[in-house]
Amino acid sequence: MKSPRRWAMQEKVAVAGIGFTRFAPVTPDVSYRELTYEAAVKAYEEAGIEPKDVDSFICTSEDFLEGYSIADEYCNDQLGAVLKPVQTITGEFLQSLAVGVMHILTGRFDIVVVQALSKASNVKTISEMVNFAFDPVLNRPLDLTPWFVAGLEMNRFLAEGRATREQCAAVVVKNRGNALLNPSAAYGAKLTVEQVLQSEPVAEPLRSLDIAQNADGAVVVVLCSPRIAPSLTDKPVWIRGVGWASDSPTLESRDWTDAVAVRLAADMAYRMAGIKCPAREIDFAEVNDEFSFKELQHLEALRLFGEGQAGWATENGITSLEGDLPVNPSGGALGVGHLFECSGAQKFVEVVLQLRGEAGARQVPGAGVGLAQSWRGVPTTTAAVAVLSAD
Amino acid sequence: MREVIRMAYRKVAIVGAGMTKFVRRAQETGKELAYQAARMALDSCGMTLKDIECVVVGSAPDAFDGVHMKGEYLLNGAGGWRKPYMRHFVGGGTGVFAPIHGWLHVASGMFDTCLVVCSEKMSSCHPHPQGAFKTIFDHTTEQPLDPTLIWIFALEMNRYMQTYGITKEEIALVSVKNKKNAMDHPAAQLPMEITVEDVLNSEVLAWPVNRLDISPASDGAAAVVLASEHVAKRITDKPVWIAGVGWNLDTAYWATRDLAYPRYVEKAARMAYEMAGITDPRREIHVAEPYDPFDYKELHHMEGLLLADRGKAVEMLVEGKTQRDGELPVCPSGGLLGVGNPISAAGLMKVIEIFLQLRGEAGKRQVANEPRCGLAQAWGDLMQVGTVIVLRR
Amino acid sequence: MELEKFELGATHFREEDLEEGRILSLHWKPNLKYAWDNGVAIGRYLAELKEGRIIARKCQKCRRIMLPPRMFCELCWRPTDEWVYVKDTGTVNTFSICYINWDASRLPEGVPPHIPAVIEIDGASPGMGILHKLGEVKPEEVRIGMRVKAVWRDPAEREGSITDILYFKPEGRE
Repeated sequence: MKSPRRWAMQEKVAVAGIGFTRFAPVTPDVSYRELTYEAAVKAYEEAGIEPKDVDSFICTSEDFLEGYSIADEYCNDQLGAVLKPVQTITGEFLQSLAVGVMHILTGRFDIVVVQALSKASNVKTISEMVNFAFDPVLNRPLDLTPWFVAGLEMNRFLAEGRATREQCAAVVVKNRGNALLNPSAAYGAKLTVEQVLQSEPVAEPLRSLDIAQNADGAVVVVLCSPRIAPSLTDKPVWIRGVGWASDSPTLESRDWTDAVAVRLAADMAYRMAGIKCPAREIDFAEVNDEFSFKELQHLEALRLFGEGQAGWATENGITSLEGDLPVNPSGGALGVGHLFECSGAQKFVEVVLQLRGEAGARQVPGAGVGLAQSWRGVPTTTAAVAVLSAD
Repeated sequence: MREVIRMAYRKVAIVGAGMTKFVRRAQETGKELAYQAARMALDSCGMTLKDIECVVVGSAPDAFDGVHMKGEYLLNGAGGWRKPYMRHFVGGGTGVFAPIHGWLHVASGMFDTCLVVCSEKMSSCHPHPQGAFKTIFDHTTEQPLDPTLIWIFALEMNRYMQTYGITKEEIALVSVKNKKNAMDHPAAQLPMEITVEDVLNSEVLAWPVNRLDISPASDGAAAVVLASEHVAKRITDKPVWIAGVGWNLDTAYWATRDLAYPRYVEKAARMAYEMAGITDPRREIHVAEPYDPFDYKELHHMEGLLLADRGKAVEMLVEGKTQRDGELPVCPSGGLLGVGNPISAAGLMKVIEIFLQLRGEAGKRQVANEPRCGLAQAWGDLMQVGTVIVLRR
Repeated sequence: MELEKFELGATHFREEDLEEGRILSLHWKPNLKYAWDNGVAIGRYLAELKEGRIIARKCQKCRRIMLPPRMFCELCWRPTDEWVYVKDTGTVNTFSICYINWDASRLPEGVPPHIPAVIEIDGASPGMGILHKLGEVKPEEVRIGMRVKAVWRDPAEREGSITDILYFKPEGRE
């Protein structure tokens, strides 16, 4: 069978509108329905549409994250999607986004809405929930805190000389510092490398400040075909490529150094977007930094930096807001908050804002091509990537 | 302008299929069941995993397997390793939505082949898989009442019977028909010859639902291989085309709807019919596999699918028109009632049945009217979702 | 490719095989706890239930009076406009007589069956029902269309929950 083909830059999908709520550690005043409604109202308003204009709705959630079964049942009223085609992707937002892109590329759907939500604050037993995703026979009986998996990976990554602990800490300092410039972010702070290195150990070499804290929030995105984009928005942002992939789900048979799934997902997205040299063609990136070292590992898997280079680049300001390739200008998960299945949505929204020139104090000058990348978190190796351009 | 674009999407065919037996409890894990079904699907059309460009998986609530992010757990069994892999979930509608999700992958032009796998392992949930369904009700306004899954079927069945004056005796004929049809299905869990009296005399669970009105909880898996037109024609000389897809979700506020009619199934059906260019489903659909987790559902759904007038599907049943040798064979496979109900795999089993019927490969279950067009439909969530696929030779 | 030509997977075993140790198994009881934010609409709904009242929301555009209350009208796609108290009486839309528990175990001998029902509440829009149970009525007497009234829990014991209504009983009974 022939390998997946190359795509011309003409195959693209427009972002006609985005809506998002604050990202906050708790949102006790509103239910999940009310939170999503707020994001949906903003997104539809921006795109100038009503729910009846939408051809398909895609929601993102996992039952055990919401705390009830068949989360799909409860996702549609607050999007105005009653008696409409609605589906739930039990995955990450960027995977739902890929499904939205596929809808439009079939030529049968013109306007598609994609949604994701985090009400992490409502989960009172977060580590038990994450633990519940482990293999019930081989891994869960070990009864360890689930972050041990990230600890193992970080240890391997450092041991292979791909980064130093100081460089990982520099990621934390950078991202939480960026978050101070982001009005939606929950965890902006001015930290030092020392503080990160001396924070409480969790699963060595992971320390507590290496780990993103959770946040609530909702995001709704309106996609449309290029044909009707001009009638919906005068500032469309274009999705040029999407990719997603999964490496081994089992702990016993995976690569502990490289984020292989991220590389496969990125290659697919780059192929679709016609990008041959990402390090030169991508202006900025929002990558998953749920754990500090992950940002470095992902940057290398995305081929934005060579092996062992991402840490050095961080230390030397290349990935800072003023640098050549700003990474996580929004503050990333470390600065904004970890949003579980909605993480990629926050990154996506940041990329859109940057490409529109609406990122305020954290605007990356001349932002023309941006990338959003997500990872589904411990214990998975699943990743997704989206490449967007301003024109 | 919109019409032209509508026709431009790529044709997608089902070229291979596989499934495991459906059993009450399987020794295999969900991963192993997925592997068995996927392996058979690839073997059936002479393909290997290398030929597969992407994988989609459908599986019902994670609560059954007791694994959060169940899709991740199943992925290596489903062939998703180092491939674009995704799981969708629309409750009971998942089994028929699975090939639709796959269809999106191929019809978009992004992939030429797609492996669609549905794997279900309900038996791990103790003391009984049914218990997991308590959590599908609203956690604040309904769960404190300790509801059980059977409630929703009983409430809907009662409303349906009352609204159209249909009796339990008439409805029981569906169970009799399907369990008998299942005797010719090699994967069947509960094939049996029963009578209407057997159904009426079986244990009352939640009136008007008796034990023999319902399908069992099961473990099992099923898989199909999808291919774009030019690839399909190289793999098989009998591709079965996905002519139409439709899906629709109604409001979560289910107690504010009239449960006598599944309007969301109608909307899903219309979406699929429009795409398939079908204007007279009663004549253009030659064989149908509507979702039958409970016997009355077959009738309920036939009406939603516009294959019968409201309240009138029962007449077709009583007159024998829905038997395998009838005018419009319905559930020739034996359905969920006879073959079993490993939720997502059950829906895909129905799709596979239509695939086989259209190719003339349904063995003893082959219907008499030489069908060239058929449909499969699934239903789920809180009586909210309809998923429909129309297949054509 | 007839199914009959293939050897189908899945190997069955019986419950006894498990109980008698012929099949190895692992048990896990998850400890998963959630505290769902009720938000504005349900927060008020529950607070009013504690006071012995049922409250709904109205959308001026479609004029529906909705139960359970919601801050947005999902059909008109606009915020709802006002709180409306509705009655605690209603009509049975559908019901069932249930002999099993939520975990599929049978109710013990002598315990009366549960009677879940969808009750269309007076004062809300036609068809606007809620799920609840019926009580103080013989199963054979229940009818679709029957008029019922809420029986409230003792005020001191109410928690702000749907169970502050114990059940609905036939109207006109003391």
